[in-house]
Order: sequence, then structure tokens, then C-alpha cells
Amino acid sequence: MTNHWRDIRHADLILINGANPAEAHPVGFQWFMRAKLDRGAKLIHADPRFTRTSAVADMYLRIRTGSDVAYFGGLINHVLQNNLFHDEYVRNYTNASFVVKDGYAFSDGLFSGYDPDKRTYNIATWAYESNARTGYASRDLTLQHPRSVFQLMKAHYSRYTPEVVSSITGIPVDDFKKVADLVGQMGKPDKVMTIVYAVGLTHHTTGGQLIRSGAVLQLLLGNMGRPGGGMNAERGHANIQGNTDHAISWELLPGYLRIPAPGQKTIADYVAASAPKKSDPHSWNFFGTNYSKFMVSTLKGWYGDAANKDNEFAFNFVPKPAQNSSWMSIFDQALKGKMEGLILSGMTAASIGPDSNQVRQALGNLKWLVVMDPLPTTSSEFWHAPGVDASQVKTEVFMLPTTHWIEKDGSFTNSGRWAQWKDQVLPPEGQARHDHWILADVFQRVKKLYQSQGGKFPDPINSLTFAYKDPAKPELDEIAKEINGKDLATGKQMTSFANLKDDGTTTTGDWIYTGSYLDTGNLMKRRQGIQDPKANDPTGMGFYPNWAWSWPLNRRVMYNRASADLDGKPWDPARPGIAWDGSKWVGDVPDYPATMNPRDPNAYLPFIMNGEGVGRLFSNGMVDGPFPEHYEPVESPVANPLHPNNSASPVAFLYDKAAGRPNRFGTPQEFPYIATSYRLTEHEHYVTQHVPHLVQLQPKPFVEIPYELASQKGIKSGDQVRVSSKRGKVEVLALVTKRLGPMTVAGQKVYQIGIPIHWGYVGVSADSDPSHGRYWLANALTPFVGDANARTPEFKAFLVNLEKM
Amino acid sequence: MATVTRREFLKVGVAGAGAVAATGLGFDIAVAESTRVKQNLRIAGAKELHSICPYCAVGCSLVAYTRQKSNGTTELLQIEGDPDSPVNEGRLCPKGATAMQLAISPRRVESPQYRASGATGWKSVSWDFVLDKIANNVKASRDASFITTDGNGSTVNRCEGIAFAGGAAFSSEEGYFATKLMRALGLVHLEQQARV
Repeated sequence: MTNHWRDIRHADLILINGANPAEAHPVGFQWFMRAKLDRGAKLIHADPRFTRTSAVADMYLRIRTGSDVAYFGGLINHVLQNNLFHDEYVRNYTNASFVVKDGYAFSDGLFSGYDPDKRTYNIATWAYESNARTGYASRDLTLQHPRSVFQLMKAHYSRYTPEVVSSITGIPVDDFKKVADLVGQMGKPDKVMTIVYAVGLTHHTTGGQLIRSGAVLQLLLGNMGRPGGGMNAERGHANIQGNTDHAISWELLPGYLRIPAPGQKTIADYVAASAPKKSDPHSWNFFGTNYSKFMVSTLKGWYGDAANKDNEFAFNFVPKPAQNSSWMSIFDQALKGKMEGLILSGMTAASIGPDSNQVRQALGNLKWLVVMDPLPTTSSEFWHAPGVDASQVKTEVFMLPTTHWIEKDGSFTNSGRWAQWKDQVLPPEGQARHDHWILADVFQRVKKLYQSQGGKFPDPINSLTFAYKDPAKPELDEIAKEINGKDLATGKQMTSFANLKDDGTTTTGDWIYTGSYLDTGNLMKRRQGIQDPKANDPTGMGFYPNWAWSWPLNRRVMYNRASADLDGKPWDPARPGIAWDGSKWVGDVPDYPATMNPRDPNAYLPFIMNGEGVGRLFSNGMVDGPFPEHYEPVESPVANPLHPNNSASPVAFLYDKAAGRPNRFGTPQEFPYIATSYRLTEHEHYVTQHVPHLVQLQPKPFVEIPYELASQKGIKSGDQVRVSSKRGKVEVLALVTKRLGPMTVAGQKVYQIGIPIHWGYVGVSADSDPSHGRYWLANALTPFVGDANARTPEFKAFLVNLEKM
Repeated sequence: MATVTRREFLKVGVAGAGAVAATGLGFDIAVAESTRVKQNLRIAGAKELHSICPYCAVGCSLVAYTRQKSNGTTELLQIEGDPDSPVNEGRLCPKGATAMQLAISPRRVESPQYRASGATGWKSVSWDFVLDKIANNVKASRDASFITTDGNGSTVNRCEGIAFAGGAAFSSEEGYFATKLMRALGLVHLEQQARV
């Protein structure tokens, strides 16, 4: 989230796409209701399924899954064609005025630079024209230059008329126009809209662009950086945010630094290839300028004395991946016989999929599998799942009992970036051990093996810093202190990442958490909350600065310089983020130098993390286009109405095809219905299959079938049905509902079927069923393909057939 | 709707057993009054600790109450929403409200389990046994799949044959520690629930 949960109450209009917060984030949803009840905010819910979120929304739009780029694209077009954008913001705080190089083009669904053989773009033309005099990007603040981002964008989205939007999304034209009218009012400085989304947007081959299309709309309306505004991702696990921040992600190092690439020999090579570049004279480019300091301080923290100026701070200790190594790539490599071992900690590959049958085959191709979990999972038990001959599964499997969250301390970072510390409430149950103690112990044993036997490049293993009282049992408090970082000369904790250096005199574990643990103590433990709002919420804006700690630097709303105008006055004085008081910025922790006068001729532009210094309506940071464009899911019942010749994403990576495995995508002739998957309030992913009360509330797997389709097929609620895709099947109960229904897409009548994900062959429900949930894995249906940028699997749009059993 | 003072409210209850249905309270205040003296709060004298809900990422604060039993073990008495939190203001959903059943479960794995290649059942084993075996596996797979220099002569120092995935359910500090260790081993396949 750019903002945070409590902040949603400041919105005038709330667009909810690809999310069902009333059911999936019910307690967070109270802040949506506060906006509605306290300030008359309007809620608009666009979702394939009418849910409890829809029930309290002012408008519900039945949208075809995965078509949200068309929805946001239509809203962008409405705002541009009718001059409803926030003019001062767009001119000064976005790259609308930047001029794009000659040669950039978009035609028949393809941007310039496409290579059909490699299925990739050469992005050379997706760049700014360089100003011959300054060397920076050319700008035209009148926004009239035909190659200005503004004019290119206006032309790009002119195709997204209400009729085209309706044809793609299935939303009736009149309903769409009503939404466009409401959204169009949000470009006024004293109005603010928020967009809230969840994995209903990310889980698509166009997931990154689905989100970008919302962000572009928010920039046009001047809503980024403002209380009540922003792009707000609702994350689905307690600490998915914290451990994304800490880079359990193949392409990252802590704090969203890039993993180095082959060919980079020095820190300078790495920074040149990774850091944002300044493209305007008034851009601070804070991230780019400090990139080497964050990287060197991290390496110094990890490798201590073994990282020094003479060896580029042990830059060669950091592995440099040859290719994408994300979730699906792990199983793709296993299917190719190239992955020997997999360690799973608190997540189960067999249930998660996508294409669970293929993933289970991949697990069976491993030499060894380690599962660390308090409870059995579908991965720990995959080798003797129903229908599997255990004697034929060669994988050596370890199941290590770990502690629950309540048996250890440490912090969880929520969706709103608030790092909240928790106590150890209970001692470890029985023989259970903490995940990090298991890893520490294995690591120490591996290190001993290298010391006694030798082996490949043991240097990073031998020199990794382990400054814990007990190296086999590090305390989370010790690690939290390490993450913050310190000044090696004074031994004092760093107070800000702004003071990190690239000369080896400072350390950090994750620069965005610098400032969370000072010499005075651990700020994540702070508890000054609503017991005393007057004292604890001095601005009255709900920031509660002394409750826990949020990154970066305890800032509660990111990009908050953009919440104020060029003079530093809040766009809406009733809802200030920060304000210039004549000598300093007051309010939230400013995303800007604390005493920089906004009218100083040398004042920085507002978005200090970008090379441009402004928000990017046009970006070369995506592999599938500088502007979001609607593409059909890989499996779709219709051809793309905008460009049927280039219907689906031209750059989504097709794993099976690239590996020479048989095609696993179905056609609409065999699989005529659209399916989407989701969660229920009473379950969380797969772990709650072990919680009896929750199993009692939602005991059996089912699929939701629209009433009209069920009538055609003679299916009644409670009937057993088979839903199948090219990849597998589920056999579960039917729930016939009017909350799903037929829609007209590209002139064709289509149905969507809803599939809750929670069941499998492990848990209380499975124990009570004689077949032990053999055909209960929802992800047996989902396709093994993902977003062109992030490789997030397409869990949310695929084709199935439906039969009564 | 007429407002009822606390005094009037009690009077209605005391008026007789027949008032139960009329008040719609679902319990008889007269009986509740007469038994009050015998009741003790389940959490009386308990230790109050703070936690965070383990499910979605709203980050609801929890208050957990424990008591030391005479045999030295710790009993978890109650988990409820923390009324001081600016995030949840004391509220919890069905999952958070049943967090005790996740915390204390007869379904927990009791000891390290091992299943050899092709075996048809689990074997309960010691921690030493599994940790040694895993360490040997890690070293063997790392040595077998480690690339020091790639085809272009670039130093890449990566281990291609081991993957680590997880982290959405454990503390941030554990996650940072996992990243640090796995990168030191040279792993490139590193993943958690952000994509899935």
C-alpha cells in the first residue's frame, strides 16, 4: 500500500478491483465503511462475482475477470477527453510533459521493437528524447508536443470508448458511464479517490499492467501521495510484505535493490545497470544517488571484514542468476531434472500450483524436499497422496516441525507497511524449533562440511557474519538490530538511511528498515494507539506515529510531497499529508528534505525516488509496454476486440512451450466457460484446514455456478459436479447462485464459474472424506503461465468445462 | 427508540423470570445477578502479552493471556483483539477470533519425520539425524550445481540446483536471516508468497 488501512477512511471515492475486502480483509474493511458512513464516500466494486463487498457498494459492476486494463483505460480516456485531470499536478508532478523519442509506435496490439521469435521487445524506442543543450529529457510544459507523453497517452487511450470497454469487460455501457462521471470528479484538488486491489489484479499474464493502469489514472487525477488516495494492495498473508521487503525473492536484495546480473564485475557496473538515472535537472534521484551506499552497507553487514574496498566489498560473493528464477521457474527446472533440492517453509507448492498436477510431478523429480511447518501440508504428504504409488516416488522427504507465530517474537509488516512487533506468548510446542534456528543450524553444519571436506567456492559461507550470542540460536531481537544497521566507527545504531556510506564504514541489513531500531530501543514495539487519540494522533489524520514503525522512516503515506501544491499548501487543507510552514515541512514524515523551501529555484521535484522526479504515466520499466494495454488471458473464449491478431500478451513467457513439453492450454471449444479462483472469509490459503472451528464454518469444497448455466445443465445446489481444464479436474459440490451471471463479451454470451481454493488431501475436511480429497485441489485447473513482468501465475482467468456427475 | 438508563434496564431484568424473552437479552438478569459472586474472570491474574494475527496482512493486534501452571508449563487462556490498535480497534474476523485453535492444536507434527526415497511411510527421527542429512544434501547439491564462471567468462558464483521458498508466515527477522543465508550459499531460486 502507498497509504495504510486506517487512511482509507479519508477517501471520497473508493474503486475496488480484483479484491473482496469485506470477506478477505474484513477488519480492514471497517475503514472503507467509515469513509462511506462518516463522509459519504462512494464505493464502486468491479468484480466477476457479487460478494459482501458488492452488497454495501454504491455500484456493483459485473466485470469479466482479467479485463481491468480496459476498465481503467476507459476511465483514463474519459478523464483525458473531457479535461477532467488535475492540471497543475499532471503538468508538474508527472511525466506528461516529457517528450518521447521519434520512433516510438503502437500498432495492432504491438509496441515498437517487437521480436516475434524471441517474444520480447527491444525497448530502445521507449525512451525520452534527449535535450541537446541540457542532456536531460526534453519537456514541453504546454503538453502540446505531438510526442509528449500526454499526447501519446491521449491517442493510445482514445480507442477505449465506453462501447469498447463494455465489449471487453462485459460492463453495460450505461453503468460504465455512471462510474466515469463519478471518477471524473476526483481530479478536483479538494477531492480524492483511492484504488484498492488484491491478487485479483496481480494474478494475470497482464498483472503488472493491470495495476499500472490504475496508477496512471491516479496520477492523472492527482491522487498519489495524498491521504485518502494512492494505490493500495491488500496483501494476503501476515508477513508477505515484510519478507518481500527483506528480499525472499529471486530478483531482489533487501530493500528492493536488484540482484546483480552476469557481466557486472564491480559495484560501479552494478549501480550503472540497476539504479534510476536522473532525467531532469530538478530531480533529486535519491534512490539512484544512494544506490551504491545501500548496496555496500548491505554487503558490509553480510560479509564484515571480508568485504573491503580492495575486493569491491565482496561483490563476487553475490550470486548472479542467468535467467528468471521465480516460483514457476523452480518447478520448470525440476521438471527438466535440473533442480535437486527444495526447502519449503510455511508454504505448500502442491496446493499453490499453478497446475498442481504438474507441480506434484516436479516435486517427484527432486532428489530431496525439506518441508518446515508446524502442521502437515499437501507438499510434505505429496508422495503418498490419494492415487499416488509411494514406492514409485524417488524424492527423499523431510518434515521438520516448526514453531507457530505465537511461539516466537519478531515483527510482521502489514499491508500498510507498519512493522509491528509481537511477543513470544508461548514456549515452542514439544520438539518444534524456530525456522531461523533450523536454518542457522543447517548452515553451521554445511560450513563445517566445507571446512573439513572443501568444495565449491566456500568463501561466502566461511565469511558470512554471525555476530549472535549463540550462532545456532540467533535471537530475533539481535537480527532486528542488525537489519537497522550501525556506524562501524562509533558502534551506534544508524538513525536514517540517508547517513549510510559506500566506503565500508556503515552497515545495514535492509536500508528501508534503517531507523526502526535505534540505540534508544526497538521502535516496532511502540504501542501509543487509540487509547489516547489526542496525544497519540497529533495531526488528527490517523497516522499514530508512535504506534509501531512504518518504512520508510516512519512515513505513513508514501510520496507525500505530492499531497501539497507547488507552494507546499495541501491540495485539500481538510486532509493534509504534509504542509510547508515557512521554514519546515509539518504533518506526516515528509518524503522530501525536511527544510527544503518548495519555492526555492533549486527545489527538487516531488517524486524523489524516480530518476524523472515525477510520476511516470509512460514508463520503460515494464517488459510489455510503456502504456498499459488490454490483452486477453492466454485461455479466453473471445479474441481481443482491440486487436484480434495480437489477442493475448505477446511477451508472456510460455514455460511448457520453451521447454518442449506438450501444450497444456485448452480451447474454448473443449472448455467453454471462464473460471476464476478466490478465498473465503473462513479460511486462509491452506493452513486453516487444520483449524476445526473454521472447517466447521466451511466444511466442504464447492464451486459457484451461475443460475442460468446450472439450469441449462440440470445442476442443483448440492449436486456433485466435475470442473475440468486442459490440466486437471476438481470433483466437488455445486453451489448455484445468482451472484454470478451471464455476460456479453465481444458480442458473445459468456459464463464465469467461481472456485474457492482452500481444500486438498490434507486437513480436517480430508480426514472426514473416504476419497481424502483426491480431486479437491483448485489449482489442478490453473494454467502454468504468468505475468510478463513478474511471472505471477494466471490463477484468476482460465477456461474450464462443467459436468454434472 | 426510547433510551433506557442502566437502572431501568436492571429493573426490567429483576421484574421476573418472564422478562427474558421481552428484553431479548438471551439470559436472565436476575439469575446473572444472583450468581455474580461465584464468578471469576477466566483471565484473572493472567499475564497479558501482545501479538499480531497470523492470517491476512491487515495486521490486527491481538492480546493474549497466559498463566503459568504448577507443573511449569504455560497455559494459553484467551486471544482477543487489541482495543488500542489503530488498525483493528479491538476487532477480529472469524479467523483471528479462532487463532487459539491454530496456536494449540493436536494436529501438530510432533517430531522430525523422514521418508527415504521410495519408502511407503514416515519414520520419526531425531533432529540431529535430519539436520545432518539435510546439511549433506545441501553441500552435495550445491557442489554439483554450482557455476563459478558462465559461458561468457563472467564470475557468477551461483548455485542452480537448490531452491528456497517461504516466509509469509514467519517473522521479518527470520526472513531477512533466510535471505542472508541462502544468498551466501549462492542460491538464485528464492521465492515466497508475493507472487502466489
